[in-house]
Amino acid sequence: MAIDLHKYANPTRFLRIANAIFPWSIVTTVVLLATGLYLGLFVSPADYQQGETVRIMFVHVPAAWMAMSVYSMMAVSSAAGLIWKHPVADLSAKAAAPIGACFTFLALVTGSLWGQPMWGAYWVWDARLTSMLILLFLYLGYMAVWGSFEDQSKAAKAAAILVLIGAINIPIIKFSVDWWNTLHQPASVATMDGPKIHSSILTPLLIMGLGYTSLFVTIFIIRVRTEILGRRLRMLRVNQLQE
Amino acid sequence: MNEFFEMGGYGNFIWSSYGLSAGVLIFLVIISVRQLRQVERDLAPLEETRRSFRKRPVKEGATS
Repeated sequence: MAIDLHKYANPTRFLRIANAIFPWSIVTTVVLLATGLYLGLFVSPADYQQGETVRIMFVHVPAAWMAMSVYSMMAVSSAAGLIWKHPVADLSAKAAAPIGACFTFLALVTGSLWGQPMWGAYWVWDARLTSMLILLFLYLGYMAVWGSFEDQSKAAKAAAILVLIGAINIPIIKFSVDWWNTLHQPASVATMDGPKIHSSILTPLLIMGLGYTSLFVTIFIIRVRTEILGRRLRMLRVNQLQE
Repeated sequence: MNEFFEMGGYGNFIWSSYGLSAGVLIFLVIISVRQLRQVERDLAPLEETRRSFRKRPVKEGATS
């Protein structure tokens, strides 16, 4: 019994903090997304070259940012799970994966819908697009690994190794636009010389980015809670069988 | 107002981007909440029997 309590001390504290943040993250998400959408659709001007299609950026770029940062967060927490056997680390990565997969899917699809009118093609086998597609497969593979092991601790280990190997793809995505000739435009916000976008378009973009981050936190809290309770459920069922 | 929806002729591309983004993210929120509710429902009876096994009454929140 002592071991049991020790094991669950950490998730309990984690859940207490998560529950305290939760209502705030909902409010922040709603306010940021509403503001971002209003500024992006009504206030910001059309681009002088791309016309109105530039508005696709407000849903495309934040999704792509999240796709990469969620994966990075999963890599860090998977490493923590492997090294320190922290009880929440593996579950955090597991809870984040479907959210990251959705953001990656959206980045690809909205990019495609932006590519057709501007490049004349929904898809090109370009370094940025291809590495993003690989990221989607990494997410899906990660989720499949979790589903294919009966023993959850083995699944956690295999999935963590997959995520860490796949992490090499993150710098490849980031620098793909510099390393290879590509149709995709190079970095325009996070550059050494500061953003290259006018504030009338940059402001809604950053607000949408924060809104997406806040939405991630909200969904993440729901999913981590599900994972922690799910593990407890499995443990209690095993205990019940033993009695 | 019509001009707003047409988006300079690119309405289809722009509105499907926004629509898909909203659709996928709302769907993700809904299934995440449903999965949580399901686990909570499955866990409730087990926590109840576990509690009733104990002799001393346990204070709320002390077991989890």
